[in-house]
Amino acid sequence: MILLRLAFASLLARRITVGLTIVAIALSVGLILGVEKVRNGARASFANTISNTDLIVGARSGSVQLLLYSVFRIGNATNNITWQTYQDLASRPEVAWIVPISLGDSHRGFRVMGTTADFFDRYKFRSGQSLSFANGDPFSDVFDAVLGADVAAKLGYRLDDDIVVAHGLASFSEHKDKPFRVAGVLEKTGTPVDRTVLVSLEGIEAIHVDWQGGARSGPAISAKAARQMELTPKAVTAAMIGVTSRLKVFTLQRAINEYPEEPLLAILPGVALQELWGIVGIAEIALVGVSALVVATALLGMAAMIFSGLNERRREMAIFRAVGAGPGTIFMMLMLEALLLTCIGIGAGVALLYTGLLIARPYIDAAYGLYLPITGLSAHELTVLGAVLVASVVISILPAARAYRLSVADGMTVQI
Amino acid sequence: MRDVAFSWRGRTPFRIDVAGLTVDSGERIALLGESGSGKSTLLSLISGIMAPDHGSIRVAGTEISALRRSARDRFRAEQIGVIFQQFNLLPFATPMDNLLLPLRFAKARRARLDDPREEALKLTDALGLPNALVLRARASELSVGQQQRVAVARALLGAPALILADEPTSSLDAGTQDRFLDLLFEQANAANATLIMVTHDERLTGQFDRALRLGDVATISREAAA
Repeated sequence: MILLRLAFASLLARRITVGLTIVAIALSVGLILGVEKVRNGARASFANTISNTDLIVGARSGSVQLLLYSVFRIGNATNNITWQTYQDLASRPEVAWIVPISLGDSHRGFRVMGTTADFFDRYKFRSGQSLSFANGDPFSDVFDAVLGADVAAKLGYRLDDDIVVAHGLASFSEHKDKPFRVAGVLEKTGTPVDRTVLVSLEGIEAIHVDWQGGARSGPAISAKAARQMELTPKAVTAAMIGVTSRLKVFTLQRAINEYPEEPLLAILPGVALQELWGIVGIAEIALVGVSALVVATALLGMAAMIFSGLNERRREMAIFRAVGAGPGTIFMMLMLEALLLTCIGIGAGVALLYTGLLIARPYIDAAYGLYLPITGLSAHELTVLGAVLVASVVISILPAARAYRLSVADGMTVQI
Repeated sequence: MRDVAFSWRGRTPFRIDVAGLTVDSGERIALLGESGSGKSTLLSLISGIMAPDHGSIRVAGTEISALRRSARDRFRAEQIGVIFQQFNLLPFATPMDNLLLPLRFAKARRARLDDPREEALKLTDALGLPNALVLRARASELSVGQQQRVAVARALLGAPALILADEPTSSLDAGTQDRFLDLLFEQANAANATLIMVTHDERLTGQFDRALRLGDVATISREAAA
């Protein structure tokens, strides 16, 4: 007990260098735990982007590519699915519900997605959570639009505002003659829906009635006239499918993949998400690596601090030797010191993490749609802390061994 | 000490030979010697910090020259109280923790005390140190004289057989030197401890039972350190 008290008093007497060392350890521990939390949060939020959808169908391409454009609105579809095929799929007995996705247009940097009102019931995220409306209702008219939370917030739209959809993704040609009315604004979800403008399939069709292959063709048709026309789409980009029984998923997947009239691809969203995370995951490994290096640097700094203090403390060691402490005790004292430092540093680092999470969480959620739950330390995080502690013990063997040798050589008398 | 030889093979090699030195139990001996006369080495040998190349050193009936290093460390904790010239105390700790530190390494010495804290306070009280100072100050806040008195209390707590003092008065001014020595003798007597004190000040030797010149006890050879 007295040795622990003395080690503590000794640290206290050197509070400035010791304090800085503890700050370094605390910051590095806070960083590595923070990276850990963000990593898990990102992974969870990633996996939570879409749920309760059994299959996603699109034109044949790669599964990751299909997932990227249909769910994350990144990249483009290579091809569309004809409306005939869509109808075929919808009428299959295994299909409980089907929601079409029609992409290609944009509004001021945000993607416009044509779909049916079913989307609001069928699209689920964060293990089964449904979309809900912050304002207004689903679209009911051809020229109604529903905005994701980010779209509304960033562009400052309110209900009944008019918005004009641009043709293509980064194009100057706009469908000016057929503006949409904001019918509803969705609550924040932390998914790509937040950055999407949702309109009806008929709306998408209506703005393109007088377009052909990316350019206006023929005489202009007014919005009013378009309403009167047949607005059944000729094609959709992709479709989300729910099956009647989970057992039918693979049967249906195979049937779609072997669909004779058109090359199609059906993917299981969960599997494709995993596959995609495998690609994105390399960045997270780099992050973990860097933060581990930061921890190592902090621990080396601690060892250097103890080392540099040894010479001034030879008198202390001589006193210990005189009162009967062996060199082994001196060794133990220095290890104890390092252990105390690391423990305090880890404690401060954990405190730092939770304070940081508490302060930064609303901001991160708002800015990146990344929801970080404040949970206790997971088994994995405790293992990380244990590893830090073990590393500190290993590193502090160096100065402790030096102190051991010094105290053997010096004995009770210090020649300085 | 019989026929002791010790060679130091450091950067300044030397060899010390002690033909024979006997101190009776309870005796108070002054060892007179200038610095560099081998006094530190002699004290290190007696206290078991260093082991002689050959020869025998017996302290309080134990052949410490035959003990292994860890056993010598334990023996020193149990049987020997050491007082340095200065820097006796861990500066960051309270005097009380400094006092109790040797007991951490000396089971028997601790066992002799019913309540070590109480006994320590009794000692420091007798040495004229206020309780509040002993319990609450940090050792670095004490004057040199006060630090030396705490060192005496530490050397005596739990009644070790032998007190080794290495010029304990040299950092004190003349007035406090006498007062300090009186206290040291008084407490050593009360504990019935043997006292060996190294000094270079011949004026002090009058109060000891015996005064020996280090040159008569030990032979130092600087070149022949092979």
